[in-house]
Amino acid sequence: MLTTTPNTARPNPGGLPGRPSPARLRPRDVIRVGGAGLRARPLRVFLSALGIAIGIAAMIGVVGISASSQEKLNRQLAALGTNLLTVSPGQTFFGEDSHLPAEAEGMIGQIAPVTSVTATGATGARVYRNDHIGEGQTGGISVLAARLDLPAEVGATVVSGTWLNGATQGLPAVVLGGKAADRLGVVAAGPDQRVWLGGQWFTVVGVLAPVPLAPELDASALVGWPVAEGRLDFDGYPTTVYTRAEEEHVVAVRDVLAATANPENPNEVEVSRPSDALAAKQATDATLNALLLGLGGVALIVGGVGVANTMVISVLERRAEIGLRRSLGATRGQIRSQFLVESLLLSLIGGVGGVLLGIGVTAAYATSQGWPSIVPVWAMAGGVVATLAIGGAAGFYPAVRAARMSPTEALAAP
Amino acid sequence: MSGSGTGTAGGPYIVELSGVDKIYAGGVAALSRAGMSIRYGELVGIIGPSGSGKSTMLNMIGTLDRPTDGTVRIAGHDIAELSDRELSALRAGVIGFVFQHFHLAAGVPSIDNVADGLLYSGVALGERRRRAAETLRRVGLGHRLDHRPHELSGGERQRVAIARAVVGDPLLLLADEPTGNLDSSSGAGVMELLLELHRGGTTVLIITHDRDIAAGLPRRVEMLDGRVVEDSRVGRVSAC
Ligand SMILES: Nc1ncnc2c1ncn2[C@@H]1O[C@H](COP(=O)(O)OP(=O)(O)OP(=O)(O)O)[C@@H](O)[C@H]1O
Ligand SMILES: [Mg+2]
Repeated sequence: MLTTTPNTARPNPGGLPGRPSPARLRPRDVIRVGGAGLRARPLRVFLSALGIAIGIAAMIGVVGISASSQEKLNRQLAALGTNLLTVSPGQTFFGEDSHLPAEAEGMIGQIAPVTSVTATGATGARVYRNDHIGEGQTGGISVLAARLDLPAEVGATVVSGTWLNGATQGLPAVVLGGKAADRLGVVAAGPDQRVWLGGQWFTVVGVLAPVPLAPELDASALVGWPVAEGRLDFDGYPTTVYTRAEEEHVVAVRDVLAATANPENPNEVEVSRPSDALAAKQATDATLNALLLGLGGVALIVGGVGVANTMVISVLERRAEIGLRRSLGATRGQIRSQFLVESLLLSLIGGVGGVLLGIGVTAAYATSQGWPSIVPVWAMAGGVVATLAIGGAAGFYPAVRAARMSPTEALAAP
Repeated sequence: MSGSGTGTAGGPYIVELSGVDKIYAGGVAALSRAGMSIRYGELVGIIGPSGSGKSTMLNMIGTLDRPTDGTVRIAGHDIAELSDRELSALRAGVIGFVFQHFHLAAGVPSIDNVADGLLYSGVALGERRRRAAETLRRVGLGHRLDHRPHELSGGERQRVAIARAVVGDPLLLLADEPTGNLDSSSGAGVMELLLELHRGGTTVLIITHDRDIAAGLPRRVEMLDGRVVEDSRVGRVSAC
């Protein structure tokens, strides 16, 4: 036998005298009801979330890859230091190459915040693979006299052999920059590895790794200062002075360097901070990043249109369900929030998927480049917030339409 | 406990229709000056030819639609005075619907289909499920809690739909051709269930085309061209 419990036990008494008032749905039920429509159509959900995911992944990837490369640069700069300054002779007023005065190194060393000074000097000698190669085919390699402390100051390391020392700086021994070694066909340093330099044989005692702060060394053949003066007719004038200053005074030192190095013709001296050049190289990628971000934005908008389309179809297909829910006591507001939540969940799935995809793309690319993988938290949070905004915008109109449907007409739908 | 006990608060009638007109957009007068009253706890059959306005009248009683003219009072409330939100609350608390086409959610287990009958009354999920299971057992489907609609026979589906309609203990149960899609034996089972609910105190209104079913009901209201033309409790109703 079925029995009916007394009306007084109802959470929402409908009898007089009070006016009936609808119950609020619990947040958990709002999510459940909004998600029910998605569970019923997994393939459609996957495809429309995919549109959003691609847009978000593209944007996260762009931001992540550029942040990773920035991080790699920051770490590199932290390791190399940003306090290196280089001084080189520019051209004279008449366009001739000038050189620095012989005492430039000493003068620069007198500046109080300067911690170290070293130099290279152009010898004018040529270097060839062997003695059969004709004049002129130098491959753009310059032969420089180098102070012994050069690698320590500019952060150069050898990949093969050793740097010059007190003994080898006076002997026909040469250390090749990375590019110079390639052009001369030198794979590794060794006692039998010789190059034809300044009309005589020099033994390759070392090969340098690329030098980020002094890229001009990559295409150089470096010999000791004494051997250059003794055997290569080197005039002994430094052409590039490398100096490190105390970090907080680098700018001040830079401002006085030209006048210190060449008091008579300070305008013939070029002073540069190589770490700035590295950072500037990074900044030139900004336009490409903006373009890619724009493409990601377009993909996101297309994804949003996809979600809106899915929601419009979902509302049309589910008129009977809407009618049923109204008959069960759903208010217009509850129907509206059901479809709004459905749209928000749909785009959120895409957004979270996109963030994960973007992290994956960043990690894969950064790893392939040997960079650290960095995806800024603001980008991830921004991606999720953007998808919520898109979901809200895309679901708003369909949700309002669903709420406005007349219950009887909705129930009459097939 | 009988539903009639509650009726004293809102007068003797749970349904009062007087002079109800419903004119659809195309100018079709689906109801014209329809009137009738139903006491708490009654079991009423509504009969009449196709297009006579039976479903339209049931929609008015179920507050799913408002009349063009006339008064509809449900459980003492004049529905013209209630907002759409308040009507929704009235449906959630007082009225249960059973449809010819069941309207079960596809792919959703019986227990959750029935539990949704309590969703808009603000009952928590665990309690909804508990009461849904209990109601399914009462309609003889205790062994079908986790079956989804496509795994049920037509008669079983309609029982699930009835369970959903009554899980919130409505005072008023409205059924529009509940046996219309069923063979005669499943239909008889569904009718037996509705009669049991009536015996439990619920006011039950059934639209039916089946003469035998109608004949077995204590009160029959016959409609024609949007009017109530015959009421077995009051006799022939004169057109006004
Ligand atoms: N939404 C609507 N718009 C216009 N006319 C409608 C609408 N709904 C019903 N009608 C018309 O109102 C009249 C009554 O319809 P109703 O559905 O109430 O009939 P019924 O008695 O339930 O018929 P049946 O037994 O076939 O279900 C019919 O002429 C129908 O065409
Ligand atoms: Mg009908």
